[in-house]
Amino acid sequence: MDPSTSSGQALTTSPVGQPDAHRGPDQAFTSVEPGGPAVRAGWEEHPPRKGFFTDTSICIGCKACEVACKEWNGVPQDGIYELLGSSYDNTGALGASTWRHVEFIEQRKPLGGQTTGVTIGVPETTSYAEPSVGRAVLLGEIGGDFDGSAGADHSGLDLFGSLKPAPAQDKPLVDLGMPAFDLPSASPDAGERTDFRWLMASNVCKHCTNAGCLDVCPTGALFRTEFGTVVVQDDVCNGCGYCVAGCPFGVIDRRIGDKNKPKDDLANKNHGVAQKCTLCYDRLSENLTPACAQACPTQSIQFGDVDELRERAQKRVETLQAAGVMGAQLYAEDPDGGVGGAGAFFLLLDEPEVYGFPPDPVVTTADLPRMWKNAGFAALGLVAAAATAFVAGRR
Amino acid sequence: MSPDPDGTRSDDRDVDYQLGQQDAGSKASNPEREDGDRAFDVGIRAVPGTEGQGSASATARRTGGGGRGRRDSGSSEKKGGGKASGRRRKGRAEELMVPDATFTSYYGRPVVKATPWEADIPFYLFAGGLAGGSSLLAAGADLSGRPHLRRNARIVAAAGITTSLLALVHDLGRPERFYNMLRVFKPTSPMSVGTWILSAYGPFAILAAGSEVLKVLPWRFGVLSDLVDLAARPAGLAAATFAPAVASYTAVLLTDTSTPAWHDAHRELPFVFVGSAAAASGGMAMVLAPLAESGPARALAVIGATAELVVEHRMEGSMGLSAEALHHGTPGRLMRASKILTAAGATGALLLGRRSRAGAVVSGLALVAGSVCTRFGVFEAGQESARDPKYTVVPQRERLDAKRAAQAAGREPTVPPTSVRPGPSADDAQRTDPTSHTQETAR
Repeated sequence: MDPSTSSGQALTTSPVGQPDAHRGPDQAFTSVEPGGPAVRAGWEEHPPRKGFFTDTSICIGCKACEVACKEWNGVPQDGIYELLGSSYDNTGALGASTWRHVEFIEQRKPLGGQTTGVTIGVPETTSYAEPSVGRAVLLGEIGGDFDGSAGADHSGLDLFGSLKPAPAQDKPLVDLGMPAFDLPSASPDAGERTDFRWLMASNVCKHCTNAGCLDVCPTGALFRTEFGTVVVQDDVCNGCGYCVAGCPFGVIDRRIGDKNKPKDDLANKNHGVAQKCTLCYDRLSENLTPACAQACPTQSIQFGDVDELRERAQKRVETLQAAGVMGAQLYAEDPDGGVGGAGAFFLLLDEPEVYGFPPDPVVTTADLPRMWKNAGFAALGLVAAAATAFVAGRR
Repeated sequence: MSPDPDGTRSDDRDVDYQLGQQDAGSKASNPEREDGDRAFDVGIRAVPGTEGQGSASATARRTGGGGRGRRDSGSSEKKGGGKASGRRRKGRAEELMVPDATFTSYYGRPVVKATPWEADIPFYLFAGGLAGGSSLLAAGADLSGRPHLRRNARIVAAAGITTSLLALVHDLGRPERFYNMLRVFKPTSPMSVGTWILSAYGPFAILAAGSEVLKVLPWRFGVLSDLVDLAARPAGLAAATFAPAVASYTAVLLTDTSTPAWHDAHRELPFVFVGSAAAASGGMAMVLAPLAESGPARALAVIGATAELVVEHRMEGSMGLSAEALHHGTPGRLMRASKILTAAGATGALLLGRRSRAGAVVSGLALVAGSVCTRFGVFEAGQESARDPKYTVVPQRERLDAKRAAQAAGREPTVPPTSVRPGPSADDAQRTDPTSHTQETAR
């Protein structure tokens, strides 16, 4: 009784062999078929599914991805250099004109239980030294330099989250005058300061296997590409805004133009139309890497075939967990998950909601058959009520 | 009528939305936080240190909730917040016994996005329901020989559907491209299905009303008038066959979203909406039709109002956390007004509707106003629930924890954790964090 499999596809054009080859039929919901979303959408010949693996453990928060994305895709400016007061994040959130968004989270937690033993004289209060050194250890670059006693001691972190301060270093510290990241007033007693870590993550459209935005789009402007990604056709979208509420991640949005500027100004490009990451559909078609992944200096954003990225992600999370980073987890990659496994998934160092991700997203159309059923019963109820009214109202 | 949400909630969930003791810096730089911070007081404590500070509205005001320049209803929440904190103080004695439920968010920002829809859409929800119910009344009046009721209901239906279509087109980001809705038919998209339902319904409703208008006009248009007269009854009946769908599909339109307060209502909302449609159309017919003919309208209004009130009450019980959004701020006021107006209108229809024309008019207007309040209330509650990350994060976190617990119970503990990670949850870590004394004192 799944209505999704029937007429929705019949009325749209077949993508292969048509002049309109980039416009695949619209997606059905929640039925998982072998071959991935592109096959399900009707592509007969298609390249492997492409996606991103964003490894936030090596993100340095440089925002090169944000800039590269804007530059390549001609995404207009949003916001006028606002300072949002949320660490170094002055972008705020993904939106119609923000397709990559670098998040900054400041936490009083150690990255892992390691101590490097490398005392470079940075006082503990200069909080950024700790995570960056820890990160280098995780990358295996100076992994051999553990201090004998403290280095092997992972007791600072246990499964149930009783975090203890890292062991105090016994070598004298010299203040190099490195910048502190806290307001002086924030810490009345700097001597008691303990662990601190940055989390940085480059957020992006997840290109879900079961994509809510695509399911609910009434015009067919959103479509599944041959790469298994989800893209808006900006010349078809009429800006109904339904996809905005359909997305479980809050990614897509309707672009608001600037009425004070001429119509052909960049600020008014695709105004009133839903916009989001295209996974650089144009570049993919030319066998190029998407702009953000190309620009990422640390390979935090990795682009490739989704199958291969999944393996890579699995290995990476196991490595991190073995190294004592117990918060490390993969997000949105699980094919059995609520969105059927995203094309763009993440390695996170803390729970998803810390990054503003929904902890357990489920595509809204999973409940749609039941909704239609209830609406059908309600419609019948209205007919019954009207009939009753005419019988009862005869008096 | 409605249960106190806080009272029911505090049994299983602590009612304390603590604003984050943010790490350095942000307090000083965000004076706005002061005004918004008690808005979601009744809810759940945001975890500090993981930047769960501030209400969504305070942040949304600054960032536009991710899409800049969106309106926000912070001021109304402020008032609601005052009340809420009063209630919280009352519950303080029990609070000590109940463990805190906490949630984490990214700087209090929304997780899902609120739709860019504006007042056009709740107006359409109302007008579409009014049209659907009126078409049913008109068909019944036609078949049972009530010419005034038929004429008025047909005209109301046509006016309702016409203004609905205008509102829908007006709400588009690109109104000039409205016809792209007719490119495809997608059962997965309630908006697409609705477009086709309206396309089928609209012409018949307008044709049926057209015949009534032509009859009222002092001159005739020859053959055209004859044809329209001939088509009036079939058109009216055809409109009536599509009318129930017009009235009920709008519930699916709202619930098939990631907006918590809408999606969580997906079991009952269709019934609330058709009830509201019946109450509105019955009420409107009571206003317009003479007493001698408005018996069925009164009955429909009373049935609809009763169904709406009963099912709405049940809906609030089944929605879970997001039912709170129906009780606070603007949506809370709208829903309260809706209940009062609908109940009063239905009572008036029962007691006065048959005897007094004035009583029928007043009761009918109350029912119509009640329906308007229901639609705007449900709409605004959804928008609020999307702006506050609490409504997205807390239920999903509970679901995920339950899933993990079930998984952990059903599998060997020696299996190495992979993507499902049994590590410390952010909340646990926060509570035992050595720096968390600031939160403790703040509480």
